[in-house]
Amino acid sequence: MALVATLASRNLLQDRLRFIATLIGIVFSVVLVMVQMGLYFGFGRMVTTMIDHAPADLWIVSRGTKSFEDLSLMNTQIGDRVRGIQGVADVVPVIIGFSAWQLPGGGMTPIFVVGSDIAAGGIAPWNVVEGSAAALSTAGRVAVDKTYFGRLGVTGIGAKSEIRGLPAEVAAVTDGIRSFTTTPYVFANLDSARSFIGLPKNSASHFLVRLKPGADVAQVQSAIQSTLPKVEALTPAQFRKRSRSFWLFGTGAGAALFAGAMLGVIVGTVIVAQTLYSSTKDHLYEFATLRAIGCSKGYIYTVIILQALISAILGFVIAAGMGFGVVAATAKTSLPIVITPELLAALFLLTVAMCVGSAVAAISRVVRLDPVMVMAR
Amino acid sequence: MTESLIQARNVGKTLGHGAGRVQALKHIDLSLGGGLTLLMGPSGSGKTTLLSILGGMLTPSEGTVQICGRSTDGADAETLAEIRRRHIGFVFQTFHLFPTLTAAENVQLALDVRGERGAMARARTREVMTKVDLAHKCDAFPRQLSGGEQQRVAIARAIVAEPAAILADEPTAALDGANGQAIMALLAAIAREPDRAVLVVTHDARLTGFADQVLRIEDGTLLPEAAASSNVYRIRGSA
Repeated sequence: MALVATLASRNLLQDRLRFIATLIGIVFSVVLVMVQMGLYFGFGRMVTTMIDHAPADLWIVSRGTKSFEDLSLMNTQIGDRVRGIQGVADVVPVIIGFSAWQLPGGGMTPIFVVGSDIAAGGIAPWNVVEGSAAALSTAGRVAVDKTYFGRLGVTGIGAKSEIRGLPAEVAAVTDGIRSFTTTPYVFANLDSARSFIGLPKNSASHFLVRLKPGADVAQVQSAIQSTLPKVEALTPAQFRKRSRSFWLFGTGAGAALFAGAMLGVIVGTVIVAQTLYSSTKDHLYEFATLRAIGCSKGYIYTVIILQALISAILGFVIAAGMGFGVVAATAKTSLPIVITPELLAALFLLTVAMCVGSAVAAISRVVRLDPVMVMAR
Repeated sequence: MTESLIQARNVGKTLGHGAGRVQALKHIDLSLGGGLTLLMGPSGSGKTTLLSILGGMLTPSEGTVQICGRSTDGADAETLAEIRRRHIGFVFQTFHLFPTLTAAENVQLALDVRGERGAMARARTREVMTKVDLAHKCDAFPRQLSGGEQQRVAIARAIVAEPAAILADEPTAALDGANGQAIMALLAAIAREPDRAVLVVTHDARLTGFADQVLRIEDGTLLPEAAASSNVYRIRGSA
């Protein structure tokens, strides 16, 4: 190891309690930022889960629709007109809406119904662990997620209940289709869903559009817009972006998560700055000695910045370990924390920047050092 | 003949401001060319201030100082550091070793700050540790060394980069008599090397036997001894 790195690491380790306090500060800060950003990404992923799993090249929604869950109805005739546009292979209507599930004890619990014709390529439940999605083609049959069994008062396949007074039977069970609104998703075929929600037969909230092979998405999108100016044709990417933008920024949820992350950065910076400054003050005569023997300022800055980097790397490794623990613990919750490799890389850079930035106070103290002070002692 | 390594011309230094203003040095003319010079004087006489100026740690308020031909006049902190790095080795009264580094690492640090690293630097460090008779203590930390040993490590650090001048501020003050004598003997041996000047600030009159030249300073002024009509002291071999 280079001598400058040896000096930096031993300076840090000389006062182990302070070093541990520094690491705790960094870990606290990084875990806080990681959780906040993980929630942000998790939330961002949750709000687009239906869009991600829908087999569509384009989505048709009412003009101004903010997200998948935004309830605005269209007439199924719109789907017929879209089907006539050049390049369109297929149009599948989708219906969504809130309803009420009858509990065995007599109460009701809200549910979010997602209905489409699965045989025609609509939104089918995924991660089916019991039964089959194809079974939903029969009227009154539904798919629910096993994590909501308790909420819905069911135990599995064959469980019977009522939705808005209409008979419903669990025909498929999924694993991990959680709703960020905490209201359980219930999948059904299109007609059953309309009945469960109480909507007319000719209603649809969205249309999934699939294109013919070789058709140009942008051209078809443009043709739909000019033919049907009262609706919007969105690519899945555009719909995802719009949904995320609404839920994360339109509701203030994203701003709150960012504020939490910012708080983590500030707390971490202050703690690391304080401990680095106090460590530098304790080694002031050593830095003055370095200066007296002709050491350049750059060398001294290197010592201090290396101290910050060592703290950053160790703190990040511990925090990352804890972060993965949090990811595993929240994986099956309604709002899982998602840590992507990109987030991890960004967090590492943020940790390094935070720690090196924290060294500024210590460096500014050393800049004012007069080497003559070593003569007086 | 050795050229002047450190030269001071009409150097004055004022310290403090307002009512606390003190003329610490007045009209100092000095030329160090080689050998061991003792700078003696009572407390507050200006010894350490003069040493700091000759070592490029302070710049004079008046006059000029040249260290190995380079003027410190108007030099900024980085230039002064560079001059010290190239030409001066310091030995301090309280050693100022790095407690977290071993004896050898403390010595090697003086090479490291000069950008000299790797096997050559380690070999040079071992060589110097042997020279100060501490080859067997290379891996010891300062707290594991006696005061005399710590000062020998400090001397090794001062000489490892082979500077032209070694400036020592009361190097024996923190040591007992025997260790003090041993340290002075080591400094005197170093001073006998070619093109090497050693200036030792001390108030210990027992050390004069090691000196090639003794300078006395009082109230910021060098007392004329060798040259009755001038404050210029030419040390052995100087120009």
